[in-house]
Amino acid sequence: HIATSLPLPSERDHLRPRIDLIVFMIDIKSKYSLKNVEASLAHVDTSFFLGKVCFLVTGVGRMNACSIETNAVCKLAEAYCSPVLFCELELEGIRVATAQRLLRMLQICAGHIPGVSALSFVSLMRNSNDN
Amino acid sequence: MDDTVAEYIRRTVLKIPRDEIKMMLQKWGFLSEAQLQTVNFHQIKDNISQEVVQLCEENSADIKQAAVLDIIYNHIYQNKRMWTVYQMKKSGEELEYFDITDFKKKFKGRLRSALKNVTITFKEYEDNAIWIRVAWGAPNKKPNQYKPSYVVYHSQTPYVFISPSVLKSNLPLLCQALIVASNYHDIREMELRSHSLNSLKDIVFKRYSQNFQTYCPKHMQGGNVEPESADIRIVQENRSEKERIHRLNWEVFGGGPQPKLEYAQYKLETMFKSDPKMGVLDKKEPFRCLVKFSSPHLLESLKSLAPAGMADAPLSPLLTCIPHKARNYFKIREKKGIFPESFVSP
Repeated sequence: HIATSLPLPSERDHLRPRIDLIVFMIDIKSKYSLKNVEASLAHVDTSFFLGKVCFLVTGVGRMNACSIETNAVCKLAEAYCSPVLFCELELEGIRVATAQRLLRMLQICAGHIPGVSALSFVSLMRNSNDN
Repeated sequence: MDDTVAEYIRRTVLKIPRDEIKMMLQKWGFLSEAQLQTVNFHQIKDNISQEVVQLCEENSADIKQAAVLDIIYNHIYQNKRMWTVYQMKKSGEELEYFDITDFKKKFKGRLRSALKNVTITFKEYEDNAIWIRVAWGAPNKKPNQYKPSYVVYHSQTPYVFISPSVLKSNLPLLCQALIVASNYHDIREMELRSHSLNSLKDIVFKRYSQNFQTYCPKHMQGGNVEPESADIRIVQENRSEKERIHRLNWEVFGGGPQPKLEYAQYKLETMFKSDPKMGVLDKKEPFRCLVKFSSPHLLESLKSLAPAGMADAPLSPLLTCIPHKARNYFKIREKKGIFPESFVSP
């Protein structure tokens, strides 16, 4: 399901399946996209932040056009205890690899991988980020 | 042949891209087809122009013919110049029959009576456009052929498109000659400027696709939202919002291509509204500020703002009124009344 912001329109509530993972996409070229994500975060139920939220920063291939600081995004992700992925959608290889990573995360969040829960996975990811 | 004429022809030919020189010389018609055959159009431009000048020498070209070549070049490359639109007003009489010979005579007469040294050239085109080129001189100076003014006049309309010379002082005289020649009594500059002459014509002749308040079946309007509806497994949560934006955009801009403008400029003379504690401006004076929007194609980019998620729909009427009001330069002042909102001056 793709949405431009949260909250989701209530008219489609009955058509929506259970939400297992929320990926917030931030375009590094747009300050507006960061503001939009920050505003939308307020509408997310706290239970999602136990591993079912992820931030995806796009456009990192064009750092000369970036409008937001990666530092700011990392701080945001830390504040919400969620991981950040960086990718460039214009390159097919990276696009495919990112999609595969997200799919893997989704499988874990949906409970399809025995022995790994969303929470345990996200704490694994946080440890690797603390350099 | 005069040296200055030779040099002018040489420089004009050098401006033309090499692949188009032959075509433009043929349009000019001053050199015969046989003469054109003798020129090698595949050599470097310097040599081509030298050969052309020599042929013109054989035909004894004078400045009048050279000026025609210049008009042809500027007609094809009209978008290199900046054009301003002027509107002429009649004093309320019936429209008289337009006589081109009379127009030319009166125009030349008016200019020459004020300024002896001018070069005036006319060329008519199929779309009823009369192109006028004026090179300006002074009492003791020959006309400067390199800084002419161009005027495009559609005789069935009160509109004139002027690309003035950098020698600005001649503009009032040019305007005067136009109203005298065309039997109007007044001329005013519209706040409408662009490089694209055709787009200016589209706007004032109302040739662009406007959206009239006709009944339009809903399914036709909402049809274009997702042309490449990818996978059925992808669900757009905000579909109704996207459709609303698309519909509003269609209502404002219509379905067709927009006229091509490069700028919109808003000169603000409004009061600065801030928290009184900030004390930014102690005096109650209008805060002078200039807001300029620029784009290779301003109206198309405004049209794509809301669908791209960069602006809320509907857009501010200050932006969307540009083609309807036929202006892209605005002055915004305070409205003097009970509600101090800004208002657009006429």
